[in-house]
Amino acid sequence: MSLFLRRFYFVLVGLFLSAPLIVVAGVSVNARQTLAFPPQGFSLAWYVEIFADTGWRNALFASLTLATLSAALAVAIALPLSWFLWRRIAPWANIFQLLGIAPFTLPPVITALGLLTFWATTGFYGQPWTAVISHAIFFVTLPLVTLSLGFSAIDRSLVEAAATMGAADRTIFRTVVLPLITPYLVSGYAFAFVLSLNEYIVAYMTVGFTMETLPIKIFNALRYGYTPTMASVTVLFVVLAAVIYSLIARYGDLLKLLGANSEEKP
Amino acid sequence: MRREAPQKLTDYAPLAFPAIMLTVFFVIPFGTMIAVSFFQRQQGGFYTPAFVLSNYERFASLFFANVLGFSLTLAVLVAICCVAIGVPFTYLLTRMSRRAQIVWMVALLSVLSLSEVIIGFAWSTLFSRTAGITNLLVALGLMQKAVALSPGFPAVLTAMVYQALPYTILVLYPALVRLDPTLTEAARTLGASPLRAFFTVVVPALRATILATLIMVFIFALGSYLLPQILGRPQHWTLSVLITDQAIYQSNMPFAAAMAVFLVLVTLALVTLTLFAGRKREAAA
Repeated sequence: MSLFLRRFYFVLVGLFLSAPLIVVAGVSVNARQTLAFPPQGFSLAWYVEIFADTGWRNALFASLTLATLSAALAVAIALPLSWFLWRRIAPWANIFQLLGIAPFTLPPVITALGLLTFWATTGFYGQPWTAVISHAIFFVTLPLVTLSLGFSAIDRSLVEAAATMGAADRTIFRTVVLPLITPYLVSGYAFAFVLSLNEYIVAYMTVGFTMETLPIKIFNALRYGYTPTMASVTVLFVVLAAVIYSLIARYGDLLKLLGANSEEKP
Repeated sequence: MRREAPQKLTDYAPLAFPAIMLTVFFVIPFGTMIAVSFFQRQQGGFYTPAFVLSNYERFASLFFANVLGFSLTLAVLVAICCVAIGVPFTYLLTRMSRRAQIVWMVALLSVLSLSEVIIGFAWSTLFSRTAGITNLLVALGLMQKAVALSPGFPAVLTAMVYQALPYTILVLYPALVRLDPTLTEAARTLGASPLRAFFTVVVPALRATILATLIMVFIFALGSYLLPQILGRPQHWTLSVLITDQAIYQSNMPFAAAMAVFLVLVTLALVTLTLFAGRKREAAA
């Protein structure tokens, strides 16, 4: 009975989480440009449209470029910071850890507005590269958290052994530390990448009038009514996120990243 | 290698780049925003440096009080719904095999990553007359004809719970996965039903966690800026929507900045409360 109840509960939550996506997936294969579910006819034309239509293709490339660069910059900020905090005793430096986590904890509209006033004041408002920096700051939390976790998992005796044998800091970092934290580095990058791909408000407030990322494009299109390409783009994004997270789970310890204890070795 | 205090100036070198980036592109923009909130607005969307309180004085209006009241109520409702669904779910999830947990987590993370634009679009489709859920009810003979369920308050609330639920589960997960399983085992051995064991043992043990989660989800829901716009009517607009609207469409940056500063203060007060709850939890442990 209790097992049945539990299954029932999980099915309900699963349905709630998947229902909108199922409908969107259904709508995305409509043969004609109608918002109908169940779909009338079957066509993958709206998936082709993402790449065939210049507007959608440009938006997709803009989003991919932005996500690739901003996630890289976020990691470039987070790696030296978390390494320093792990290597040195400098309590006051924790303020930077706090600064890195703040943009993600505050309501996003605040970070977005702060950056908007900043870029407007400095005269760079609307430049595509401002979005890269803005997203990197907004999402630096993610690599910062995964890397802190990665550093805390390093067995310090390994590093000590290397130091005893005369290796310099730089050598230790390259040969011992870096290989150990690479999984955390990659997952931090992946989290920042996926979230940047989906981010709307910061991108909109910084480059909304000069550049269209996919979320901006969807929102703009939404105001003029419905086109099935929105549905196919949505499906593409869900699949992309699921694939990336599955890869993290496949090659890393996803549950540990999310706060569970390490995998018990059988 | 033991941790040691920095000895030479060069030991600080790794800190330089992160410190500069975070200061220039977070601290300074934040300061700029606070400064702008005191600026004088000019006609045509410009503003001039000044020190006026008029942007803050606008808070003392019935309209603003309504928006604030609605935002807080909505966020509280979302937080309560999410925690009520999330606590039993996360508890049961942590008792499953690692494999099943991973599958669920991948799904939850995928939903959590979704753009608010996409969530808004997906739910507006599900609530639409032509492709919506009411068609299913008609097909089952439960309804006469399909209707549109949005815009409206239930639509906003549902979509915001959808957006915040994966977040709730991820916040709860670390505390629940480390919960000592012998606690419930003891209760079961002493004859309590699983449900009774959950409510009399698990929930009290997690009281501080649940409180902290409520506050975090509340803050998360306060940040929702698109769903009330896509799925609600103007009276369902929240503070976040109003800030966006003033900044972008009304070109009233000083007022938008003043509201943002206010939102920061509300959020900071709540974060302090969360930390306080966390400290109490540690003290109790």
